[in-house]
Amino acid sequence: MTDDRPRGRALIELDRVEKRFDEVAALKGVSGSIMEGEFFSLLGPSGCGKTTLLRLIAGFDEPTRGAIAIDGKPMAGVPANLRPTNMVFQSYAIFPHLDVAQNVAYGLRRLRLGREETARRVEEALGMVDLAGYGKRAAHALSGGQRQRVALARALVMRPRVLLLDEPLSALDKKLREQMQVELRRLQRAVGITFILVTHDQEEALIMSDRIAVMFDGEIAQLASPETLYRRPVDRRVASFIGVMNFFDARVTGESAGLIELDVAGLGPVAIPPEQAPGGRNAAGTTVGIRPEMLTLLFSDTERAEHEVSGEVVDAVYYGDMTYYDLKLPGTERPATVSMRNTAGRPVLRPGDPARVGWGRESVILLA
Amino acid sequence: MSRADAGAMPARPSGIRRLLRGEAAQGLVLVSPTFLYALLLLAAPLTLVLLISFWTQDYLELDRTFTTANYAEAWSDPLYRLLMGRSLVISGVVTLTTVLLAYPIAYFVAFHVERNKALWIFLITIPFWTSYLLRVFLWKVILGYNGVLNSALLGLGLVDQPLTFLLYNANAVVITLAHAWAPFAILPIYVALAKIDRSLLEAAEDLGDGPLRRFWRVTLPLSMPGVIAAALIVFIPTVGDYVTPRLVGGTDGLMIANMIQVQFGKANNAPLGAALAVSAMAIVAAISLVFLWLNRRFTRGGG
Ligand SMILES: Nc1ncnc2c1ncn2[C@@H]1O[C@H](COP(=O)(O)OP(=O)(O)OP(=O)(O)O)[C@@H](O)[C@H]1O
Ligand SMILES: [Mg+2]
Repeated sequence: MTDDRPRGRALIELDRVEKRFDEVAALKGVSGSIMEGEFFSLLGPSGCGKTTLLRLIAGFDEPTRGAIAIDGKPMAGVPANLRPTNMVFQSYAIFPHLDVAQNVAYGLRRLRLGREETARRVEEALGMVDLAGYGKRAAHALSGGQRQRVALARALVMRPRVLLLDEPLSALDKKLREQMQVELRRLQRAVGITFILVTHDQEEALIMSDRIAVMFDGEIAQLASPETLYRRPVDRRVASFIGVMNFFDARVTGESAGLIELDVAGLGPVAIPPEQAPGGRNAAGTTVGIRPEMLTLLFSDTERAEHEVSGEVVDAVYYGDMTYYDLKLPGTERPATVSMRNTAGRPVLRPGDPARVGWGRESVILLA
Repeated sequence: MSRADAGAMPARPSGIRRLLRGEAAQGLVLVSPTFLYALLLLAAPLTLVLLISFWTQDYLELDRTFTTANYAEAWSDPLYRLLMGRSLVISGVVTLTTVLLAYPIAYFVAFHVERNKALWIFLITIPFWTSYLLRVFLWKVILGYNGVLNSALLGLGLVDQPLTFLLYNANAVVITLAHAWAPFAILPIYVALAKIDRSLLEAAEDLGDGPLRRFWRVTLPLSMPGVIAAALIVFIPTVGDYVTPRLVGGTDGLMIANMIQVQFGKANNAPLGAALAVSAMAIVAAISLVFLWLNRRFTRGGG
């Protein structure tokens, strides 16, 4: 497991930030630090307050309560044009009355760099986003992906301390999006600027980020590295938002030798170390989560696992390299999903077939 | 006709019906009222004026031999040139004043009114439900020798004599026209401002612009189509206005349309009046084209 402690120096500090719009509480006390040079993502479902938080950092809105500091300086009352941040807007916000080069040079004018230096920096920024030579194009003659890259170049050319990206890839088709994800990550490493990316796409957040803040309903539910989020989600919401998770009803039966003893419906008794209960624990009825790839189907009698349980295949979905099985286990209503790699000689089971499922205690996560 | 034939009718429509069912025919039918309307009310009178402008008045008759003498006179006589020039200047000033007055109002409603924008726009138009003549006379009451303004200035001791440059001159025409056309200028500017994507303004701010620079570099250029539309809406009809100059313009405020009216009426020289009208129209058209060209430059982007 990766070390989850943030490295380096905190660039942005959020201290119990709240934001209300009339009756709507968009943010209900968000705290945390974003490190210098980090690729940080805000991940959460629609309406959870991601854009609101980004706009507070950019300076388009002021928090109702709480404080934001960038580079150690409190930002209260500092307007957006005086903050060391630049934003790539969800709608790209390309100026329609300017051409590509004029768009990219927009913020440079204030710096009075002179004609040649400005042109050089614009060309350099366009080169970074793979649009060298597009300077004279009119804004309306650009494709969605090109617009997005112009918006990126326009922000990067300012060499900000922090680049804020509000779902910059959501308007692109799948292929271009995947390409841009890799591209953005590469770019961020190359320029060393702190990126804060807003997304509701968990896969995108996992692929790109150093750390992710998962938000629900105006609050950060968990702030951790992608690996920790996937392997040690603190609660059911986080667990089901990131990847696929099987949930089992469970009961804490006791504690011995530093292990938490559980009785899991459908799987039986198991004892886990406290690290596998990242969200703490409730005494009585709780939930346990196991990822589909942590469950194994045992095809031959000689195959053994730490724990075994018998069930029946309800559904099998064949993906080529993988097969996803839904299994009915005794003592539980909800079928459990198991993913199996289709290696040579391994049969594909059909609905109705009996199946033996193996699992290990290290795959069990106790969810708050 | 037998019942069988009657039954077959819908399947084999008659010639006219078939014609009416075609898509092109349906289109024609749809536009024909508008087309007829345009033909009768716009094209026909215009053609007539154009024709007359090439004829000659012969007492009560019109001499229909082709001549360009009317145009020669219209373009060379110093009086007509003066009136034409004055009309353009007055219209230009009216346009400028109206747009400058309308812009802040439109801006306020577009950016600073949170709720009920439509209601605000509606309220702005209320004064203009009264008759135009009533409003002109209102300005007479305000600007006149014994008018509201002079009484107030005298009462405050700011002047010893009533001001005489207020009414019956070009100033009065400009004030009255600017007031009359304000709502027509507010609307297009408002629409252009309301259409501006707010994230563009935030982007400008994000890239370092303070409010003034942002206005100058983003808001104003992007609202230019509305400004130009407003300018055209005000400029085109005011060049040809003759009611306002007649009522509040005195002799110094008379415009080309007053002369056209005189030619068609008292002077009994319809061809010369027509030539003046066509000339004015041509000049206005040329100026409008310049405006439209400007508009394209602002909206094109790049270059
Ligand atoms: N200007 C505003 N006025 C009133 N309510 C607002 C405003 N902006 C946001 N909200 C509310 O605050 C909450 C959070 O909105 P926000 O835009 O931050 O969500 P989000 O996480 O960015 O969602 P999405 O993924 O859909 O963009 C929502 O309930 C929204 O309705
Ligand atoms: Mg959002």
